[in-house]
Order: sequence, then structure tokens, then C-alpha cells
Amino acid sequence: MASGRTYIWKRGISVSESIELEIFRYCPEKDAEPLFKSYQVPFREDWVVLDAINYIKDELDGTLSYRWSCRMGVCGSCGMMVNGEPKLTCSAFLRDYSSGKIRVEPLQGFPVLRDLVFQMDDFINKLTEVKPYILRNENGEKQVEEGEYLQSPAQLAKYKQYTLCINCMLCYSACPIYALDSEFVGPAAIALAQRYNMDSRDQGRKQRQEVIAGHEGIWQCTFVGECSVVCPKNVDPAAAIQRAKVSSTMDFFKGIITLGSKE
Amino acid sequence: MKTYQIPVSNTWWLKKKSYFFFVIREMTSLFVAGYCLFLLVFISKAAESQQAYTELLVSLKSPVSILLHLIFLAFILYHAITWFNLTPKIMVLHIGEEKIPDGLIAVSIYIGWLAVSLIILWIIFGG
Repeated sequence: MASGRTYIWKRGISVSESIELEIFRYCPEKDAEPLFKSYQVPFREDWVVLDAINYIKDELDGTLSYRWSCRMGVCGSCGMMVNGEPKLTCSAFLRDYSSGKIRVEPLQGFPVLRDLVFQMDDFINKLTEVKPYILRNENGEKQVEEGEYLQSPAQLAKYKQYTLCINCMLCYSACPIYALDSEFVGPAAIALAQRYNMDSRDQGRKQRQEVIAGHEGIWQCTFVGECSVVCPKNVDPAAAIQRAKVSSTMDFFKGIITLGSKE
Repeated sequence: MKTYQIPVSNTWWLKKKSYFFFVIREMTSLFVAGYCLFLLVFISKAAESQQAYTELLVSLKSPVSILLHLIFLAFILYHAITWFNLTPKIMVLHIGEEKIPDGLIAVSIYIGWLAVSLIILWIIFGG
């Protein structure tokens, strides 16, 4: 891959105080293939990769496209591959990369739209499919005057971890199964389905099972476990998927014992 | 809209240590299955005749057989240990609001393993 022009910041900062960022560039109107462009960015102790990218955009090359918003690890917009690892760039400090060169690419596994911006439609559709909201049976809805659905701290503790997902998609990027088979429902969507399945107020598990226990659901997962390693919020989607497998297996055995009769 | 799909190479599992060890773990299943087949052969020889069984026992004492057993043992141990270590992720138990620590669940499985192994050793050598 051809590397483009090398930019040097010429405002009194010497090269030794700078760090090289190799950025994945792809312009759908011009490029058949992506290329990498190098930029020299001032090295600052308290800068994260996102600061460096913002610097490039503001000072060196305004054509660079990427997503970001909160810059504090909450919005989940700035996920990128940093030296081959899926990271929230707002939480990846320059000082932790001692090699003097940082390679930034769009999150792996998704189609690239432009530069570091990838298409997330597939994830959004999967998220919608698993119905990540409280579902009640047809006659299960309480009337307003009956009051709220009560939940004990112990009931909350069962699923709370899975509520912390910020939809940053790092887990999809770390998952080799998703990279090889994009039909796989994937870690975050399954973890969120599990979050509602385990919520004592929810009655929608059966509706979610079609997607979760279907051909492209939990059984595609071979427990690589990388989704949980890269998760910036410690949601542990790998555990959520394995637990969903246990529940589905229990359903299967219950089905045998009751000879498939409906409850 | 035109997009670019970054291709996945056939060597993706060599690019990251964790992917590599995952593929090794998957591969160890073949050794587990292979040894199960061997045990079936073992039983069928024992059922066949005293002579067939004795011949099998003799052939098992050959250096090649011992080497193969050591290789199988290594892979099957890798299989068992990696799965045991993953079990706390699958078995998440709560006492009230408190989650039972992962280490405790893993240790209890190892204790179970040890107990079963001791029972088997007792049956073979002590009983």
C-alpha cells in the first residue's frame, strides 16, 4: 500500500516530541483500494489517540473522516483499530504506544464508507431484531393505577452488568466468527437480549429466542472470548452468550421431559 | 453506497496470540474424540478374546504407543484446563446480590476433577 505525503507540524515542536500516526484512508469516489497516510503529531503525555486525530483534522488535513462525540468513553462512537486492536480512541493514550508509530484503521469486520467511518447498519438491524426493551405478554401489562413493576436489588444484580453496553461495536470487531460470517447475530446484540431475558420484569424471552437460538445465533459462537477482552465496559458478552446457550439447552431438555407440550 | 470490505486472510488465527490459543483449543477436541475411539477399540478387544486383549496390552507398551499417549495427554490436559478455566463465565451464581467469585467456581471444579481421578485410581490400584 502506498503511503501518502508526510506532514510535519512546523510550529516549533521538534520531531523528537512528535509521534507518527499512520491513518487508513479510503475515498470511495477516488480510490479502488484504501491506502495509509502518515502524519506527524505532537506527542503529549495527556493526549489520547482521538486527540491526535482531532489535531490532524484541525491542523493538517481537513479531509479526514471519522466518528467521535463524548471523548470520555460513554458514547461508543470513536471505536477504531489502534495497532490492530479494537479500542475506543478516546481512552487509548499515546504514551502507552512506545513504538513511536501508531497505526489507526476503521473497526475491522465492517464495510468501510470513508477513511475511518464504517457502515453500522448491520449491527443496528441485529440490535432491533433482538428487541432490546421490556416485553410483556398480551395480558401481562399492568394498568397504571396498579403501580410500577417492582424489582429487588438481587434481581437487578442478575443482569446489571449487561446494561452497561454502549454499542461501541468493539466486540464485533474482535470476533473472528463475525468477520468470517457477518450473518452471526454477534456479541453485543446477544448480550443485550440476555439483559432483558434476565430482567424479572420482562416476559419476552420466547420472542427473542427465534433470533438468539436460531441458525445465526448463539450456536455460531465458539467462545473465542475476545469480545469480552476488548469490551471497554466489562459487559462480558462472551459470558452472556454461553449463559444463553445453557438456558437454550435447558429448554431442549424440558421439551423432552414434557414431550414438547406447551406450558 | 460504495463501500470497501477489508478482506479476512486465511491466516487470521496466526495474527493474535489469543486467536492462536483458541484454535489450538478447538483442535484439541480431535485428540479427545480420538482417544474415545481408542477406548472403544480397547473395550471391543477385551470382549473379543483373552488373546486379542493381551496382544493389545503388549502393543501399548511399545515406545511409539507411549509417545503417542504422552502427546494425547498433553492435548487433552490443555483441553480440560482451558475449559475448566472458562467455566466460571458459563456458571454465574449469585448469593443474594453478591456474585460467587470466578476463582471459587474454578477451584471447586478442579477439586471435583481431583476427587474423580482419585476414585478411578483407587478402583484400578486399590480395589
